[in-house]
Amino acid sequence: MAEEGLVLRVRQPAPIPLDAEFACAPGQVLALVGPSGSGKSSLLRCIAGLLTPAEGRIGCAGETWLDTARGLDVPTPRRRIGFVFQSYALFPHLTALENVMEGLGDVPPGGRRSRAQALLALVHLAGLEDRTPHRLSGGQQQRVAVARALARNPHVLLLDEPFSAVDRSTREKLYGELADLRRQLRMPVILVTHDLDEAAMLADRMCILSHGRTLQSGPPLEVLQRPASVAVARLVGLKNIFAGTVVSHDPGAGTTLLGWKGRLLPIALQEAYPAGNLVAFSVPADGVLLLPPDAGSRGPRDTLLEGTVLSLTTLGDRVRITLCVEGGEPANLFTTLSRHVTARYTLAEGRSITFRLRGERVWLMPQAGGDREPDGG
Amino acid sequence: MDVPALFLSLRLAAWTMAILLPVGIWAGRRLAWRRFRGQSLVEGLLALPLVLPPTVLGHYLLTAFGGATPLGRLYEAVIGRPLVFTFEGLLLASVIVNLPFAVQPTQRAFEAIPSEVREAARCCGMSDWRIFRRIELPLAWPGILSALVLTFAHTLGEFGVVLMVGGNIPGETRTVAIAIYDRVQAFDTQAAGLMAATLLLVSLITIAASYSTADSPGRRRG
Repeated sequence: MAEEGLVLRVRQPAPIPLDAEFACAPGQVLALVGPSGSGKSSLLRCIAGLLTPAEGRIGCAGETWLDTARGLDVPTPRRRIGFVFQSYALFPHLTALENVMEGLGDVPPGGRRSRAQALLALVHLAGLEDRTPHRLSGGQQQRVAVARALARNPHVLLLDEPFSAVDRSTREKLYGELADLRRQLRMPVILVTHDLDEAAMLADRMCILSHGRTLQSGPPLEVLQRPASVAVARLVGLKNIFAGTVVSHDPGAGTTLLGWKGRLLPIALQEAYPAGNLVAFSVPADGVLLLPPDAGSRGPRDTLLEGTVLSLTTLGDRVRITLCVEGGEPANLFTTLSRHVTARYTLAEGRSITFRLRGERVWLMPQAGGDREPDGG
Repeated sequence: MDVPALFLSLRLAAWTMAILLPVGIWAGRRLAWRRFRGQSLVEGLLALPLVLPPTVLGHYLLTAFGGATPLGRLYEAVIGRPLVFTFEGLLLASVIVNLPFAVQPTQRAFEAIPSEVREAARCCGMSDWRIFRRIELPLAWPGILSALVLTFAHTLGEFGVVLMVGGNIPGETRTVAIAIYDRVQAFDTQAAGLMAATLLLVSLITIAASYSTADSPGRRRG
């Protein structure tokens, strides 16, 4: 079977547990996201052939690179890959131009220099061809690494946390450059990162990994707003994760009624969970509105709740707020507000307030395993 | 001034260096990157000449090379003359004595090459031979060079093992270090002093050359 893009399925119990499956179409950017030790770099190494998993199959652009069932394992130099390492791994004794030329083994020797110059120009490094890596800044080194990776006309571009070693302003510039560059690229791009914002910004699809397992794949917004499980919800940084019961569905009104510790919340219709089912649910930070009760129009699925401000933590221009929700069994809700809004509402620890819980933004998930309550506290 | 002895020393040092260059690169590279069972024992054996008194080492080599052992007999049967008290026997002893000087700096040099750099080379589609020639060798070169220089200088200065295995045969096994001892024994302090100064100068130049390689561009990493 011929694949256009990259298809991967690998599994191994040890030494690095892996149980992953994903695909990436040509021209698409797939972000592998997970905490450190989640196996995302190992998967990249599997694609490159630097790591051979116990079992699996990896195919790219119609070629099979790994098929443990058939005992096939194409060695790294014969896989057409472009790999940008986290540390860039430039050849320290060679100039930028020579670094790129080493990736041009397939080009006739006479054409290598001009091709390497063109690649360096593509990553905005024209004029710096003769510098060795130690005379280039972090951002410039990253660009050389990208040019070198592209030199082989790779069938897949692998980026291992390529932005982690540069300062913030350089990183933002490089984001823009990568976004521009990817429009010119025709191959699948796999980006490994632990930064959700980076993944959401740069990737078409995102794949959440934990302990070597792919938990959920999909467009970044969908994964961030509609996590398939409590584990994914935690990994994407959702703080408000609770247990509740589905009370009823009203397809006509497009509403599901959710019972939560003695309260009834109208939320967006989610019929996948039958009435009576115990579920877990998440409320993103923007699902909690600290507007005065009379301010703005109230949506049909908004619920007014009473609560007390438990704590205010200032983080730069944002304030992280913990609320204790009353009117039923108490529960803690987290949200953030900009600093000046917090000041305008004269929020203070211990103050009682009324706020709105936007049912539109509540997302149901299967109940977390066991009797353990999936409380996000 | 015993000029033949000086040339014999230089010839011995050059041959020792020539033999240990490929041996040092092969063994150093292997020890740097591949872990195997008994590696500590191998590394210990390689370092042994550093700590053993030269007379002890010389005694064992003399016994091993002698006509009473299979090695000595085989050599005599094939070449037609004994191994002990010949230049070839001296060279073999010199190679063994200098193993740690040749292997250890080379091993450290290969160890210092980040594994990601070698992986990046493979990802660039480079063949193993090209990676060795274009990446590993230039990066490890300062270490290899200092191994060669150490070997050369140490061979010039070796005394105990040379005396035990080679004896003191003019033109065959009498090195400059032996010649100095010989001259001192004969109260010819002027000749001894001249040769000692020559040896000092040659050793100083080679060691200084070794240190200057530490500054080469391949050594500096950004």
